[in-house]
Amino acid sequence: MTISLKPSNSPPEKLQPTGWLKYLSFSLDHKVIGLQYLVCGFLFYLIGGSLAGAIRVELISPLSDFMPREVYNQVLTLHGTIMIFLWIVPVVNGAFGNYLIPFYVGARDMAFPRLNAVAFWLIPPSGLMLITSYFINGAAQSGWTAYPPLSITTPAAGQIIWILSVLLLGGSSIFGGINFIATILKLRRPGLKLMQLPMYCWAMLGTSILVVLSTPVLAGTLILLSFDIVAHTGFFNPSLGGNVIVYQHLFWFYSHPAVYIMVLPAFGLVSEILPIHSRKPLFGYITMVFSIMGIVVLGLVVWAHHMFTSGTPPWMRLFFTIATAFIAVPTGIKFFNWVATLWGGKISLNAAMLFSCGFIINFVLGGITGVALAQVPFDVHVHDTYFVVAHFHYIVYGGSVFVIFSSIYHWFPKFTGRMLNENLGRLHFVITFIGFNLCFAPQHWLGLNGMPRRVAEYDPQFQLINQISSVGALLMALSTLPFLWNILQSILYGAEAGDNPWNALTPEWLTSSPPPVENWKGEAPLVLEPYGYGEKDSNKTQEGMK
Amino acid sequence: MTSIVPKEQSSESKKDFSTEEHEDFRLFGLIAFLIADGMTFAGFFAAYLTFKAVNPIGPDAIYELELPLPTLNTVLLLVSSFTFHRAGKFLEKNESKECQRWLLITGALGVAFLISQMFEYFTLPFGLTDNLFASTFYALTGFHGLHVTLGSIMIMIIWWQTRVPYGRVNNENKFPFEAVELYWHFVDGIWVVLFIILYLL
Ligand code: HEM
Ligand SMILES: [Cu+2]
Repeated sequence: MTISLKPSNSPPEKLQPTGWLKYLSFSLDHKVIGLQYLVCGFLFYLIGGSLAGAIRVELISPLSDFMPREVYNQVLTLHGTIMIFLWIVPVVNGAFGNYLIPFYVGARDMAFPRLNAVAFWLIPPSGLMLITSYFINGAAQSGWTAYPPLSITTPAAGQIIWILSVLLLGGSSIFGGINFIATILKLRRPGLKLMQLPMYCWAMLGTSILVVLSTPVLAGTLILLSFDIVAHTGFFNPSLGGNVIVYQHLFWFYSHPAVYIMVLPAFGLVSEILPIHSRKPLFGYITMVFSIMGIVVLGLVVWAHHMFTSGTPPWMRLFFTIATAFIAVPTGIKFFNWVATLWGGKISLNAAMLFSCGFIINFVLGGITGVALAQVPFDVHVHDTYFVVAHFHYIVYGGSVFVIFSSIYHWFPKFTGRMLNENLGRLHFVITFIGFNLCFAPQHWLGLNGMPRRVAEYDPQFQLINQISSVGALLMALSTLPFLWNILQSILYGAEAGDNPWNALTPEWLTSSPPPVENWKGEAPLVLEPYGYGEKDSNKTQEGMK
Repeated sequence: MTSIVPKEQSSESKKDFSTEEHEDFRLFGLIAFLIADGMTFAGFFAAYLTFKAVNPIGPDAIYELELPLPTLNTVLLLVSSFTFHRAGKFLEKNESKECQRWLLITGALGVAFLISQMFEYFTLPFGLTDNLFASTFYALTGFHGLHVTLGSIMIMIIWWQTRVPYGRVNNENKFPFEAVELYWHFVDGIWVVLFIILYLL
């Protein structure tokens, strides 16, 4: 392990708006921006979660008695859009990326601080716009995929606002991606090589490449769609000679990578958390790097597995099935690396660790159903059923959201200088884990038995399973209470965290909590072995035995 | 509330970590942006080519394009890339009068392109919503035209900022100039691809 702290010749501390007001300002500090993303994302998560609650209430009974069908469609669309574009993408990328990446590369800030602040401040207005569309003329009704012709024939105002807001969020995402790429590749502290970076940097590099290559295609597509709605062109309108399949291809060219934009950063975060709480080096660093890059490359060429029932020709089905099967290989490598990291470690079962382990379990289940879905004969049966809903919730909730909670438990001491209550954290985990599995595991059965997704009414034979699922959702909602209580309580009265409560080696812990404006009082530490845990700990235990 | 890091201080801290120890990464960021921008065009091109391959627009629809005007447009843009480059050479030699003159020519070529494009629009026998080909044609050329418009405006700003002694762009502070130049070459390159795909194929 090498940490060289050179004598201090750093600039004096900078003038900043102080107190909580700085979180409402156009701050250029990457740590402030990171927390802005996190809190803003969490608020939208609460809104998106309430909408999910409304969906589950509606589905308690087979008839659409809780809300009219049109409203159900709007709620469903808002739920998906908010959870993806305003919660998971901004938080796993923007929040933790902005907070951690400059630390990890040994920089005082991101490469383009101003662009960074702009990227964040695009989010609240577009989110609010999206939500207010519900109250003005009704929100969009065509789901987060906005497939035409549905998106062309449903009321235009809501759909246009939806497009506008997703365009702004896409822009925000692209600005963020450019910033991350430049920061990781160009702002590294001298003496720090790429292969010495913490894994989250690699995950963010890969993710940002996906963002830069694929998000613009979505933007272009949505612009064409808005022409169809406003100017009555016929790009995607079959009755005017247009082609809906082209929309699907362009949409999934973005949105399959988008699922990796939601989950790759989570992979990175888990790779940071597991070694620290099991006191072992990250297993298989080099294979991790290559599997991330493999996922980036393959992730760009598997999109049509979402379109097996859209009249895709056989050669296309074959190609995309095989490519999708291949992507399971790097994903599997990562899974085994995490397990191997835990293997024989001195595991502390704190909340951060529990949520990370929960992630590993849920993600494997979601990955297995994913590979199953990539097989055409199977997919043709379960496409657009609750089986798909179960699959992707196992990954986006069981995966990404579990990792977000794990990361909050892990980095909260750094963010605030105070510890969270571990027992409340464990309680939060247990309720979330049970609630989540109770909510989504039964949906596999619903899908296999033919219950279509995105419909407010269903065949009465599915009622019992739907009610079980709704009970799970209730538990998930309740699990937020100990979490919120814990956060509020700990911000005010939590135990002092000190600089490095977890005895971690990565650079964000080698400074005060919360860190000073330019991250370190002195020069940035040069951490060449961010995962050098084994030796140090065994030395310690040997000393203890003497 | 809005008082962030004071300007002098933030540039000082920049110095300690970027200018001295890191090469200038701003151009790198711009390239990443241009790649993203290029992907937007790539999406449009892909859509156009697919439409063309699988959606016949009917025998009586008009889609034959005249070539002279777009060829002239291609020449205008290619020459303007060259004149921008010339301006850069003079900026390096600190000959701001010459530099400004070439910049002005570049800007004028950009505007000429836009006028000629407008002229083409008005003489075309089809409108935006006539058929799939027409819509895609206008979307593609319009999106490109938007880029040329922004580029021309930025060239004019650079032209204004290279004047001596008040302008802020000079041999020492070249980045804004280089950025706009790179962007302009990019827009020209896109046009060449567009010309081949839309008019020649
Ligand atoms: C092991 C890797 C994975 C494989 C093989 C896989 C495969 C698939 C397939 C074939 C579908 C289409 C099902 C259908 O609509 O009929 C699908 C849907 C989906 N997957 Fe995955 N997936 C994988 C990982 C992920 C990840 C990592 C995420 C997100 C972080 C994700 C999110 C989604 C979403 C959101 C959908 C549904 C999209 C929609 O129609 O609304 N998947 N997956
Ligand atoms: Cu996919």
